[in-house]
Amino acid sequence: MAFLEIVDLEKSFGNVRVLKGINLEVEEGDFLVLVGPSGCGKSTLLNTIAGLEPISGGEIRINGRVVNDLAPAKRDIAMVFQSYALYPNMTVAGNIAFGMEMRGIPKAERDRKVAEVAKMLQIDHLLDRRPSRLSGGQRQRVAMGRALVRDPQVFLFDEPLSNLDAKLRVEMRTEIKRLHSSMGTTIVYVTHDQVEAMTLATKIAVLKDGVLQQFGTPDEVYNDPANIFVADFMGSPAMNLIPARVDAGAAEPMLVLDRGSEEPLRLPLNGAAPKLANAVGGDIFFGIRPEALTDPDSADRTASHVAHGECTIEVVEPTGSDTFAITRLGGKPVVARLRADARVRAGEPMRLAFNLDKTVFFDAKTEQRIA
Amino acid sequence: MSAEAGTTGARQSRLSRALLYALLIVFAVYYLLPLFVMLVNSVKPLSEIRGGNMLALPHEFTTAPWKSAWNEAQIGVSATGLAPYFINSILMVVPAVAISLIVGALNGYVLTKWRFPGANVVFSLLLLSCFIPFQIVLIPMARILGIIGLAGSISGLVLVHVVYGIGFTTLFFRNYYEAFPTELIRAAQIDGAGFWRIFTRILLPSSGPIVVVTIIWQFTNIWNDFLFGASFSGFDSMPMTVALNNLVSSSTGVKEYNVHFAGAIIAALPTLVVYIVSGRYFVRGLMAGAVKG
Repeated sequence: MAFLEIVDLEKSFGNVRVLKGINLEVEEGDFLVLVGPSGCGKSTLLNTIAGLEPISGGEIRINGRVVNDLAPAKRDIAMVFQSYALYPNMTVAGNIAFGMEMRGIPKAERDRKVAEVAKMLQIDHLLDRRPSRLSGGQRQRVAMGRALVRDPQVFLFDEPLSNLDAKLRVEMRTEIKRLHSSMGTTIVYVTHDQVEAMTLATKIAVLKDGVLQQFGTPDEVYNDPANIFVADFMGSPAMNLIPARVDAGAAEPMLVLDRGSEEPLRLPLNGAAPKLANAVGGDIFFGIRPEALTDPDSADRTASHVAHGECTIEVVEPTGSDTFAITRLGGKPVVARLRADARVRAGEPMRLAFNLDKTVFFDAKTEQRIA
Repeated sequence: MSAEAGTTGARQSRLSRALLYALLIVFAVYYLLPLFVMLVNSVKPLSEIRGGNMLALPHEFTTAPWKSAWNEAQIGVSATGLAPYFINSILMVVPAVAISLIVGALNGYVLTKWRFPGANVVFSLLLLSCFIPFQIVLIPMARILGIIGLAGSISGLVLVHVVYGIGFTTLFFRNYYEAFPTELIRAAQIDGAGFWRIFTRILLPSSGPIVVVTIIWQFTNIWNDFLFGASFSGFDSMPMTVALNNLVSSSTGVKEYNVHFAGAIIAALPTLVVYIVSGRYFVRGLMAGAVKG
């Protein structure tokens, strides 16, 4: 039995179905990240777990206990809000202690716990201040302190880093990860930032329009996306999704990529061939991540199949650590990630290495993964 | 060249500034003149007022008119001065303001943070009550006060003012709480606070400006009300405004203008005090709702 179970969860606002039958299971100590574009229902899902929104159907179980009709305070959860939601009329210490005060914990113990948490988050020198006199990062810490002091079964985070500037966001991200690994508490974390999702999660749930698109480890979601939406959403720069055809070929099926006025590029399918047998002659999307499409010298030497193809480079974007080269295949711009010092110039052809171990194929109509 | 242009510029700005101040002083005098007339004439013997010049400073300073207005002057049938009616007004205004404020705050809290189906309809209806003219409700209200046995009493006046005030106080608090972040309420819910604790521990402590606005608004309106006071009070429960009218418009004897002036100032004093004490919050409170949006 999983620690947090969400079974056929439904949520409607009036006639609008916001969550359409969500099923998730995470184990104790997991770090579940709910990710998706705005309006996908991820925050609503978090609020239903918190008990802030009543559900329209299904079941939520925390540690084996059905919490559907329990008040938020009774669910043994703690939540960190996007706006931090610090009580403006109370000091930092008052904010952290408020929940304990509501539960009737004696003052001495409250003070002890506040001091303990404040020390852990390095906000002990701020305890007498009001939230209005704190910086964004300090407020963030106080909000986390308020959650930590509760020592709940599940932590809920609602886009906690989105109000911080870029540098602080990376720092706090690391800190949250460190806290998680030191405490081992189960966390459910909402974000629209797929980098945050990849770096923090042990499990990722990708949502779109209230439907769970894929649920798996970061590695599964990144390398084995269930459909075009997940493939496109996760990863930066995004996966190249190239309109392609499968040709019966002379000896074995071949992948055919349009190159505009030039001869189409033909690549072997190798392992994927059997699964694509039904797609011969039809349209598919060929997915390859920029790091799997590179200059021959930096191609992955452990890969079992690497194919090469001549492509005309349209734009070169050096970033310092890498150089991105943009070519055109199947009528769409395709990004290749090259070594920083790769010899490449815009307008000239270049030999690119396709790591065929890292390719995925989608049905052009259903947008689902076929191989 | 440029220096010359600078000095003419400075001279021009000084001139326009002088004009501006002159204009402001004219307006200030214009607004302060009635107060001046009242103050000056309330400390003159009656003979001096009869002598003419209302604007002249008193030759002979006397506090007799104030004493008379406070507890000697003839009001209605008894010579009690305004003092008992002043007390009446206080007894009316304090509970009326307090009750309408608390009910308005609760209404605003529920209408924004515990929304229920039809909340907007309820709010619209409450808002509508702000626009009902006083005269329309006089007769039904007199009937209701009679039925519930509060006719001619201070409690009856309190009830009338509470009922009339709730529309406004609800409007004030609803708009203020609308801008209050709902995430705070949710955080408090998760922390285990219930309906009342959220209200008293989170919302009310952050409501200072709007409480002040509401107090000023309700206090001045209720204190200055004449129509309800004249319609629903008895001899013993007359508020200050009605008593002042009886003092000034008594048709027998000599018109003691100095006493009338003193009485009028006494009647206006509480609202003046409320403004001076909390006026700076008034402006701040009106702005707070506007910018938070």
